[in-house]
Amino acid sequence: MTSEHSQPTNKVISQSSVQDTPDGRIPVGKTMPGEQPMLSVQNLKKVYHTDGGDIEAVRNLTFDLPKGQLACLVGPSGSGKTTLLKCISGLMAPTEGEVTLHGEKVTGPPKSMAVVFQEYGRSLFPWLRVAENVELPLKNQGMDKTARREVVAEALEAVGLSHVPKSYPWQLSGGMQQRVAIARAVAYKPEVLLMDEPFAAVDAQTRADLEDLVRGIWKKLGVSVLFVTHDIDESVYLGERVIILSSSPTIIQEDLLVDLPDERDQLETRSSQRFSELRHHVYEQIQLAKKGFRPEDAVANANA
Amino acid sequence: MTYIRTVLHIIALPLILLAIWFVTTLGETSFFVPTPQVLVETFTETWTSERFVSDVFPSLGRLMIGIALSILIGIVGGLLIGSFRWLRALLEPTLEFFRAIPPPVLIPVIMLLIGIGDEMKVSVIVLGAVWPILLNTIEGVRSMDEVLADTSRTYGMNKINSIRYLILPSAMPQIMAGIRQSLSIALILMVISEMFASTEGLGFAIVQFQRSFAIPEMWSGIVLLGLLGVVLSFIFQLAERWILGWYHGLREIEQAA
Repeated sequence: MTSEHSQPTNKVISQSSVQDTPDGRIPVGKTMPGEQPMLSVQNLKKVYHTDGGDIEAVRNLTFDLPKGQLACLVGPSGSGKTTLLKCISGLMAPTEGEVTLHGEKVTGPPKSMAVVFQEYGRSLFPWLRVAENVELPLKNQGMDKTARREVVAEALEAVGLSHVPKSYPWQLSGGMQQRVAIARAVAYKPEVLLMDEPFAAVDAQTRADLEDLVRGIWKKLGVSVLFVTHDIDESVYLGERVIILSSSPTIIQEDLLVDLPDERDQLETRSSQRFSELRHHVYEQIQLAKKGFRPEDAVANANA
Repeated sequence: MTYIRTVLHIIALPLILLAIWFVTTLGETSFFVPTPQVLVETFTETWTSERFVSDVFPSLGRLMIGIALSILIGIVGGLLIGSFRWLRALLEPTLEFFRAIPPPVLIPVIMLLIGIGDEMKVSVIVLGAVWPILLNTIEGVRSMDEVLADTSRTYGMNKINSIRYLILPSAMPQIMAGIRQSLSIALILMVISEMFASTEGLGFAIVQFQRSFAIPEMWSGIVLLGLLGVVLSFIFQLAERWILGWYHGLREIEQAA
């Protein structure tokens, strides 16, 4: 325990900067002026209009996701993570601001994006067998049968499920069901893979396996991954970058570079000095966010 | 062993009822209550001859067409109404009104409008049997799982594939429940529709037997109707097991957990 509270040997590297936005001077995530990012979120705001009045879930979010990066979004519960993901995936229109993919505004679910949801049991078609679930998006795209069969077999192989193509999803364990959902996303060959707390509902041991699976697939496919989680350890272990969200109405609290070695290992990485420093830092930030710390206030105070 | 037990379960009660009937009609002379032996004889005599072609066949034909049309109209209409909120708002109060009208009272009106032929009888069957299927389909479409719908949207599923692989299978448990109710309604209306201005059909035959005091024949017609209901329900169960296999498996696992 003492090591976790010792001073970090290396400072954590924050990539966020303070910018003028329509919602005042607030921290924003790393953006890439000049070069074309793969996915770009600009001044995104989402307000829900309800009978009981308006609820501002997301106030202002700005960050870019470059091609091939694995970034984790972490925030306290109720920090609008799912809202953000729905806006990025085009399932929901933002109130203000925009999401662009390759410079094109996202107005509906884009072709080159796949989403893995937390509720695997509700995201797989229970009336289709495992292979049919993976195959359906390809069938919908009009891919011919022999090509489809090959891609499905490859995807199932990649997630270690080649032995159960004929089973129904509900006959499998939770972890295996989520693997099917991942295989379906992999077979779709997206450029951006969005994952909404995909491992929140599986047990700890399965989760570790699935984390390594995601790292493996990410490296193999060179796909950009945006991984939403509330698990601090998971965000640091998985990501090249951790974007910390404030409590609702959400803005970016900090955009952190994860300078851990590229080869991650459940035992070694997690017991390394740097891992606990980063973990410590993210943990502190989340605790701050939970206590109602507002980054915009901090910015205002610094200027005063 | 389990197979034998299942068969025993199925035939136990009918055997007991037959036995009671047999015993209570021993030495019975009442004109209105035939003994089992007489009924069996009359049954084979009445329904294996030309009556099968002239009465049972047309009835069955109309019943099947009526059920098929009810399923088709119910599912297509239900998919449409369930998919569009404005259509639902527009139609639902009116549907409740028409649903509340018992189809037999419409027979005189339909006879005036489209005559007394097969069309009238099929219409009566459809007018009664379509409702459970239509309303259940609407409900099934509306209760679509949100995550599943989102998943389909993110994979850019087109309209036809959405209906084929998402909406229809997801509403299928409710649709099948509706069809089950419709089958018995259709059978009832088949008989009733044949009691008006008819020259053939099961309903017509039973009424004619009754009016000509052919009491055992009348009873045999009623037995035939009952058997028809059993066969219908058996066919339905086979179809349901095939179509909803995934659903029963899923439910079993959910309940075991």
